[in-house]
Amino acid sequence: MAAAAVSSPLPPSTSPSSTAATTSTTTTTTTTTASSPPASMSSKSSWIALGCEGSANKLGIGLIRHTPTSTTILSNLRHTFISPPGTGFLPKDTALHHRTEFVALARRALAEAGVSPADVDCICFTQGPGMGAPLTSVAIGARTLALLWDRPLVGVNHCVGHIEMGREVTGADNPVVLYVSGGNSQVIAYAERRYRIFGETLDIAVGNCLDRFARVLSISNDPAPGYNIEQLAKKGTRLLDLPYVVKGMDCSFSGILASAEALAAQLLQLGPGPDGAGFTVEDLCFSLQETIFAMLVEITERAMAHVGSSQVLIVGGVGCNERLQDMIASMAKERGGSVFAMDERFCIDNGIMIAHAGLLAYRTGFRTPLEESVCTQRFRTDDVYVEWRD
Amino acid sequence: MTATAAEAAAPHEFPLPKILTNPASTPPTLITQGAEGRLYKTTYLLPDIPCALKYRPPKPWRHPVLDQRLTKHRILSEARILSKCRRDGLRVPDVYALDEAAGWLMLEWVQGTPVRVNINQRLGSRTEGIEDDEELKDLMRRIGAAVGKMHSIGVIHGDLTTSNMMLKPPAQQTDGATGLEGEIVIIDLGLASGGVHDEDRAVDLYVLERAFGSTHPRAECIFSEVLDAYRQSFKQAGVALKKLEDVRMRGRKRSMLG
Repeated sequence: MAAAAVSSPLPPSTSPSSTAATTSTTTTTTTTTASSPPASMSSKSSWIALGCEGSANKLGIGLIRHTPTSTTILSNLRHTFISPPGTGFLPKDTALHHRTEFVALARRALAEAGVSPADVDCICFTQGPGMGAPLTSVAIGARTLALLWDRPLVGVNHCVGHIEMGREVTGADNPVVLYVSGGNSQVIAYAERRYRIFGETLDIAVGNCLDRFARVLSISNDPAPGYNIEQLAKKGTRLLDLPYVVKGMDCSFSGILASAEALAAQLLQLGPGPDGAGFTVEDLCFSLQETIFAMLVEITERAMAHVGSSQVLIVGGVGCNERLQDMIASMAKERGGSVFAMDERFCIDNGIMIAHAGLLAYRTGFRTPLEESVCTQRFRTDDVYVEWRD
Repeated sequence: MTATAAEAAAPHEFPLPKILTNPASTPPTLITQGAEGRLYKTTYLLPDIPCALKYRPPKPWRHPVLDQRLTKHRILSEARILSKCRRDGLRVPDVYALDEAAGWLMLEWVQGTPVRVNINQRLGSRTEGIEDDEELKDLMRRIGAAVGKMHSIGVIHGDLTTSNMMLKPPAQQTDGATGLEGEIVIIDLGLASGGVHDEDRAVDLYVLERAFGSTHPRAECIFSEVLDAYRQSFKQAGVALKKLEDVRMRGRKRSMLG
């Protein structure tokens, strides 16, 4: 094989660097008695895809196997670019991180999965939406693998990747999807072969609001600013007055961010306590979470009422927040429904979701020719024709 | 304000608001559990005056302070806006009574079905000939005119969908009725606000356009009728429609196809 250099299995011995976190998971979501491979070559009964994700600060590479009745996660590796407190991740630096880590992560993913490039049916990569430079870096990596191993490319919409992985992991059949991350905030429901967006943010994403708020107070970006805000919020008691902006099924976070930043500046200047600002960092984190999550629950509930569904699936990085999960669960319960939430392995951007959604499309005959494998920063969820669902 | 049979037949699984537990009140029927709260059908003063009771129960997942603030604000503002609409000649439900601290608003009962139901019934499983359906296009024009009237009197709905408009059938049903006749009654002004800015009007139209597209994908081709009728309905409508183009093109809502 031309890919000898890349395919040689390496022991997963690379230790995470001090500024980056690597996580790994190997899970089987559905298992059925595997039948022996059929003698005829015409009907394939097992497919393997490699997925590359890098639309933001996480580089994720994973391998997945589909059979007609089961889905097996062979490997799911992630390497995160973490910027110092008070700063965000810049496209240039993030792209450099992805370029630097791509080969090592791809090798480890293959080694952990125990498959050789010859077993891989297709190379799936995130075609958008996301940050331009990181997307492009990972796309170059994916194209290289595709050419090296002579395998077809499958471009995947990042949002659809989250949704399909969520459906697979949780077993939710036809849920209303709340997709909340650093770059996206959408309420989505499936209708007539598309994931239709019922509500979304009118300006910045909810995760972006949290990240930028964290920067003002120099809250650590490790493992994620949202996680650290969540921990601080647990100790908050006082609800401060912040704007509450819901327009129909859409909402807006920029005004809330401005208000929260103003309060944070006041806090930094006067200090906490009754003689100072009269509230603490914890109170501010608590108020911010309570307000923006209440908005998200409200638009989700409105979408559920509108489409008549009682199931909710939360995906995206912000979906890891346990307070948000509890609020949505309480709302869904009252409506006689249920919530499907995932843990950080699948909620946070990962390669496996790209591999999974890409493989679903691949099996319906979808391919992305090399000349059409350009990334788009704005790639709407409803642009994707969902051929693999009824 | 009419829900499907299954929803209407559901027993009362929720605790009733106190006002409905009064022995003198007509036994209420739970009509729907909307996003905002629950809608009951009961009577006002006399047993033969039907009314709608909109109850916003406390939302246990929301911080109690925030919950009270939002509930009070929304009930009062909805009542004020409904009264304003009535005064200025827009057909909306009349306000009978309210208690903002207890979280309820009692409104006139509007006969008929949500426009969403009428459109879907009309569409059925058709995929062709929708753009030539004159009766349906006439309904679109009445929707546009009603939205235009609302904007002309300085009201922004905030949640325009085909579920938030009722089609009140005419009192006398004529032969050969298509089920699309009647008066448009705009309901659920819980998110409405006063406003005469073209920006707000454009966002309102945009919300309707998106909701229409996701609720009735096959009828999207005749949505332009709504905007055409809107253009005719008041003087500044043209400016708002121009702004609508900006809103469509702006920010993340923009499609990057092509």
